[in-house]
Amino acid sequence: MSDRLFEDRTPGVEEHEPTASYLSYTVGLVLAILATIVSFVVAQTNLLWPPGIPVGLIVLAFAQIGVHLVFFLHLGTGPDSTNNILALAFGVLIVFLVITGSVWIIANLNSNMMPMTAQ
Amino acid sequence: MAIATIDRAPTAVPTELARGRGGGGPASKRIVVAYGFWIFILGDMVMFSALFAAFAVLRGNTAGGPTGAELFNLRNVFIETMCLLLSSYTCGLGALSAERRHPGRFLMFAAVTFVLGAAFLVIEATEFAGMVAKGAGPSRSAFLSAFFTLVGTHGVHVAGGLIALIYLAAQVIAKGLQAAVLRRLLCWSLFWHALDIVWVGVFTLVYLMGAP
Amino acid sequence: MLGKLSWDAIPFNEPLPLLSGAVVGIVILAILVTVTVKGWWPYLWREWLTSVDHKRIGVMYITLGLIMLLRGFSDAIMMRTQQAIAVGDAQGYLPPEHYDQVFSAHGTIMIFFVAMPLVIGLMNFAVPLQLGVRDVAFPTLNSVSLWLTATGALLVNMSLVIGVFSRASWWGYPPLSGLAYSPDVGVDYYLWSLQISGIGTLLTGINFVTTILKLRAPGMTYFRMPVFCWTALAANLLIVAAFPVLTATFVMLLLDRYLDMHFFTNDLGGNQMMYANLFWAWGHPEVYILVLPAFGVFSEVAATFSGKGLFSYRSMVWATLGICILSFMVWLHHFFTMGAGADVNAVFGIMSSIIAVPTGVKVFNWLFTMFRGRIVFKTPALWLVGFMVTFVIGGLTGVLLAVPPVDFVLHNSAFLVAHFHNVIIGGVVFGALAGITYWFPKAFGFTLDERWGQAAFWCWLIGFWLAFTPLYALGLMGMTRRLQHIADPSWQPLLLVAEVGAVVIFAGILCQIAQLYVSIRTREHRLDLTGDPWNGRTLEWSTSSPPPAYNFAMLPKVETIDAFWHMKRTGRAPVEPVYEPIEIPRNSPAGFITAFFAVVMGFSLIWHIWWLAILGFLTAATVVLIAGWNIDREHEISAAEVAQMERAR
Repeated sequence: MSDRLFEDRTPGVEEHEPTASYLSYTVGLVLAILATIVSFVVAQTNLLWPPGIPVGLIVLAFAQIGVHLVFFLHLGTGPDSTNNILALAFGVLIVFLVITGSVWIIANLNSNMMPMTAQ
Repeated sequence: MAIATIDRAPTAVPTELARGRGGGGPASKRIVVAYGFWIFILGDMVMFSALFAAFAVLRGNTAGGPTGAELFNLRNVFIETMCLLLSSYTCGLGALSAERRHPGRFLMFAAVTFVLGAAFLVIEATEFAGMVAKGAGPSRSAFLSAFFTLVGTHGVHVAGGLIALIYLAAQVIAKGLQAAVLRRLLCWSLFWHALDIVWVGVFTLVYLMGAP
Repeated sequence: MLGKLSWDAIPFNEPLPLLSGAVVGIVILAILVTVTVKGWWPYLWREWLTSVDHKRIGVMYITLGLIMLLRGFSDAIMMRTQQAIAVGDAQGYLPPEHYDQVFSAHGTIMIFFVAMPLVIGLMNFAVPLQLGVRDVAFPTLNSVSLWLTATGALLVNMSLVIGVFSRASWWGYPPLSGLAYSPDVGVDYYLWSLQISGIGTLLTGINFVTTILKLRAPGMTYFRMPVFCWTALAANLLIVAAFPVLTATFVMLLLDRYLDMHFFTNDLGGNQMMYANLFWAWGHPEVYILVLPAFGVFSEVAATFSGKGLFSYRSMVWATLGICILSFMVWLHHFFTMGAGADVNAVFGIMSSIIAVPTGVKVFNWLFTMFRGRIVFKTPALWLVGFMVTFVIGGLTGVLLAVPPVDFVLHNSAFLVAHFHNVIIGGVVFGALAGITYWFPKAFGFTLDERWGQAAFWCWLIGFWLAFTPLYALGLMGMTRRLQHIADPSWQPLLLVAEVGAVVIFAGILCQIAQLYVSIRTREHRLDLTGDPWNGRTLEWSTSSPPPAYNFAMLPKVETIDAFWHMKRTGRAPVEPVYEPIEIPRNSPAGFITAFFAVVMGFSLIWHIWWLAILGFLTAATVVLIAGWNIDREHEISAAEVAQMERAR
């Protein structure tokens, strides 16, 4: 029953080669530390053009999340991972709709509110 | 043993019916449990997204009270981040040890993971206590309500994870690394990595974008 | 010591709730006494309360839904009566502070404790059987889901006699639902009962997504699954996607109420529209969670009772998935009038119109399935035709409301009330009743009485149209929803017609109670001995009625869509089957015990009895940890036993 043709993979189940797995986690850790340090530096200095800082931070966050998904959760692109990727894609879509939808809608509603005299 | 039996050897199933296409019959218990937990994690992410949305909308509503820039200590946030990230790493190494049936090594990595997670919580609790003492508690303004709820919910998840880790470590000691215990460890590490992913969102959107 | 709880909580000076509470209490007591005296507790405990069998859990969900239908319907008829008589100078019999609780309870109960349990119950019963497997992915969790839902229902009903229920409608918009304007326990009853049952629902979502994607009979590729399973998949994906949003929203409102936070308060920066926004981000997918399985039922019924395969299976699947995704992109249409600009309103208005397209595809597919079929007009087929007429009209009024300028006139009017009842009753309720009639013989071994079933159908259909057509007219004439008193006497004739309609629906419900009674009494005449009373097409009809605990002694090998139809046409090889031992999960008290502590915790949190809440939580946690310690949760039925049970079929 361990014929790979028939086995789905689950997130988190690692390869069966010893060095590759330790390598995977270590590479992931290094990349994530890098992304974190860069984020903190970008946020607190003028290395990045200031109006672009939020975008830069978001890009770095996505990159780090990607590192987590690939190196820690072993989400791959093979046919065995299809169900997991589809589920992830669905989740990402919903998260995107909830956050951007809410922000857009409330910003729109707020802009149509009468000015308040005191807060 | 899987829940169901099939009365034909799986190798006799034609290629196009392999599980990737959906026709291979019921999946093994390990796959079923891990996939179910993965779906749970995605649901949890959606819940966090609603809290993130609320924070995004309310972040400016400080009601004349303290703002993020005045309150956040980015050095502590960096230390928290490193603690959690390293704990994800040791969690992964622990998972590898468990997969390879080394209970001793697993327990060692589990202990390190626990300490790092606990360190994260201690720093966070101190931060919260400090804010409350300064009059910047969750009832001061909508911004603070959203902050404490979003970051606090993440912290509650971390705390729950640590309690679960102790419980599972006890099961490993008592029952060894049997299939059922391994499945639970797999779920636990999924959970722990997902919490680190949420934290990436938190430190980016709440602390780094709120501070300057 | 007892928080806010005191003898004042019991409505001694209000005859209506006191009387109805007393009646319900006596009925429950009578049931408990009967069960005890007859010694049925061991049987009930063993076979039902601790069962993790999806078939039993499905039956219990549906039972819960049908009982709560009676409660929700009594709220409805109270409102109809009040509106029919409280016109002009007349004040009616229901004062505003009660009327508000009645419409809040009506909506809450009908959505969360009638429609959801009915739909989830049908999915529980039928999906594993249709997939050709033995149970869902997580049977014990399934039991926990059921009992958490029952907990929520219990808490809502407790508010009838201990305290008050929310007056803030089934949505609970702040600031009305906040502490400043609803300081009493009503909103807390609402929030805690829905949070608790919401956890149960979320677990169901996880369970069924996993089951449908990972547990199917060998050979059942995705495009060989019955359409009901596709709609169940879409509905459960929506549960996983939407319910966490509701959980978070209620958490925020609870924090406002309990810990003095300011998410939705008037002062210190709260934003009330955020509640409405997040609530409906859940609320719109919720109605698709309800209606998609109903669509699935009708797909099965259309094919079976037309003697033809479903027309265009593939487009049905894509339409289902399309509705699933689109349902998460329309939610603002519930608050077009709340101040968004034209750009936002236009986008959501267009999306709301687009979602009608895949629904239209489905309607055409059902029609073409019936076209040139050999239609057998048994009760389920009647529900199908009633549904197609009723739901389509309701859907059309929905597309009308999706146009923002129209919605500016009709938002929260009686027209809207008529629209959503049109689609929910015409879609979800008709679908649930069709599904119950369709799968009843599979569950119990005999079919329901046809005549009473047909009578019930006609009463529901005629009653529905009598009750709600006047509301469409009244909405266009300017009547809003939730009116306790009617100022304009020219509305009264229409309201009286609506009242008559409600009474006719009540007659339909009585017909169904009669149907149940008569069917059980005369069941010997309508036994289902073959397991296939309708000449069905899908795998559940290949089992006995009722199926054995393990469903299938050997998992079927699936080669086509409509696997059972194919098996019947090509004939099964008369080979002596080789039985293997079957593992089935043990019963578990986990669900029932979890629910017990959920009731204790919920009640004590509502009434601010903090020590009891903490005690309840700690005990529940301890129980979970102790129960989780045992990892051996299955027992084996030997091959010989299986052979014996199969021979007895």
